[in-house]
Amino acid sequence: MANAHNLQDLQHQAAVASKVYVQRDYNSGTICRFQTKFPSELESRVDRQQFEETMHTLNNLYAEAEKIGGKSYLEGCLACMTAYTIFLCMETHYEKVLKKIARFIKEQNEKIYAPLGLLLTDPIERGLRVVEITIFEDRSIGSGR
Amino acid sequence: MKHCEYQQIDPQALSTPTPTLPPQHAVVQEEKKGETARRKWEVFPGKNRFYCDGRIIVAQQSGVLPLTLGLILVTTVLFFVFDCPFLLKHLTVFIPAIGGVLFVFVVISLLQTSFTDPGILPRATPDEAADIEKQIDNSGSSTYRPPPRTKEVMINQQVVKLKYCFTCKMFRPPRTSHCSLCDNCVERFDHHCPWVGNCVGKRNYRFFYTFIVSLSFLTVFIFGCVATHLALRAQGGRGLMFALQESPASAVELVICFFSVWSILGLSGFHTYLVASNLTTNEDIKGSWSGKSGTEDTGNPYSYNNIITNCCSVLCGPMPPSLIDRRGFMPVEESSQTVATEVELAAKNEINVCTQGTKDLLESASRSPCPQAGKPQTVSTSCPDSIDPADPAVTFNPDVTSDPVAVPSLKCGGRHHSHTTSPPDEPRQLHHHHNRHHKTRSARSSSKRAALHISNPAYNVSLSPPTSPGLGPSHGTGAEEHVRDSFATLH
Repeated sequence: MANAHNLQDLQHQAAVASKVYVQRDYNSGTICRFQTKFPSELESRVDRQQFEETMHTLNNLYAEAEKIGGKSYLEGCLACMTAYTIFLCMETHYEKVLKKIARFIKEQNEKIYAPLGLLLTDPIERGLRVVEITIFEDRSIGSGR
Repeated sequence: MKHCEYQQIDPQALSTPTPTLPPQHAVVQEEKKGETARRKWEVFPGKNRFYCDGRIIVAQQSGVLPLTLGLILVTTVLFFVFDCPFLLKHLTVFIPAIGGVLFVFVVISLLQTSFTDPGILPRATPDEAADIEKQIDNSGSSTYRPPPRTKEVMINQQVVKLKYCFTCKMFRPPRTSHCSLCDNCVERFDHHCPWVGNCVGKRNYRFFYTFIVSLSFLTVFIFGCVATHLALRAQGGRGLMFALQESPASAVELVICFFSVWSILGLSGFHTYLVASNLTTNEDIKGSWSGKSGTEDTGNPYSYNNIITNCCSVLCGPMPPSLIDRRGFMPVEESSQTVATEVELAAKNEINVCTQGTKDLLESASRSPCPQAGKPQTVSTSCPDSIDPADPAVTFNPDVTSDPVAVPSLKCGGRHHSHTTSPPDEPRQLHHHHNRHHKTRSARSSSKRAALHISNPAYNVSLSPPTSPGLGPSHGTGAEEHVRDSFATLH
């Protein structure tokens, strides 16, 4: 897998130049949603359209995880009737979508961001507070910000 | 008064080694040959205790959880032993069956409320904190005293203020509050319940609600059954005293149930109201949305304005995941650094509380020639009046500060620190009263711990000034070693 190899090579060879944080967007309440505003530090690195598309897809995935609808009610009622012991055996809908998000981020990193010297960190590792984007500086080019 | 100015964190100085892959992956674990990888719960900065290798989380003080469990068990066992045989014979088999089901519900939901992560937000990483500080400085002016840190957002056309949490180094999401007892920010913080020995927040509110509702049913059920039992025994002109003599345990159950039923029913009713209006106890007490501020448009922005929708979203919504990843492994390269950072963070919490006393003592003890003496640690404290020269001295006090972090035992059913620091002097009060009491108690206990710090600085101040000019925000990890060395020479 050439792409995965590139990712690991990147981490071994490159130095971290800086990190950019995309904060949460609370305009719609407490649901998990990240700001889609394009950070200025990424101007030279990645296409604005591409980045916004990634963020929109991410937001949609989180919206799917937190959607309140027929399926979640069913899950909730079933859990209530079993005194919530069902959570010990079954994977919840949210957890399933989180796995999907992890796969999506990995795929985005491999295909789009790693070749550009960027790395997206899964927000769940930061407590769903921020999307951390690490900007790598290739050592062979030289140090500096 | 330059030394009182908080200093910005230089992100470049934070030595972040090459980032590793996410630590949850087992691959990382296998690569650490021969070195026991630590799980994240072992270095958790809050005041929680963990059992069963991180699967079970409880607050630092179990509160009156043993009492709650004991009362429920005793009453139910007495009921099954003394009342059920009679009622089974004279009435119906459904009575013990219903009692059994209710009892199981109560115990399971109680244990789940107590042992589940209530929705703890992990603290910001040093890089994140630095980024936020940078943004705050860019927007405001960094004067002698940093401005109060709030951020305003619009939620459903209503202005909501987000506060900055100095302990967790981040802006709290809406409805999040910092529990001083557990020293964590908890999402959708309701209250810290001593009866269950844990915070009640986003993730375990439904368990808590199930617990109190099923407990109300159980209490009313037992009360009714015991009353029926005594009435049946007393009929035929034999009188109540005769019935009580025949079945004295019933008297005990009657008393317990009678006194519990009012408070439990009241609490259930109160929480049903909260669920129907999508409020938390915290918001209700503070009157965040009741329009006390005088502006006309303060309604609850989170409410769906429909009772059924509110109930469903609170109780039947999707179960959010735990954000603290207790059982994940620490990345090896960062673990030693993180431990140091965590201990410092824990120490910083002590400093934040005890700055006033320490300041007075130190200003009299020494006139430090180095007003700019370092904040050698990575993140600046909340209080600009905190003592810079003494920082190296006050930081490292492992005996006192490390106890919240790593007391947990590695086996299931670990040690129980059952120090009920304050007896339930209001035995059957509604829970929301405890909210305030706990905050004052924790402040008192933190100041007690803080007092222990004060003896140290007097020794160490003489050591620190010569070294402190070299300390500065750009020498993050180097300063840590300085601090350790100065302590090593001392002890």
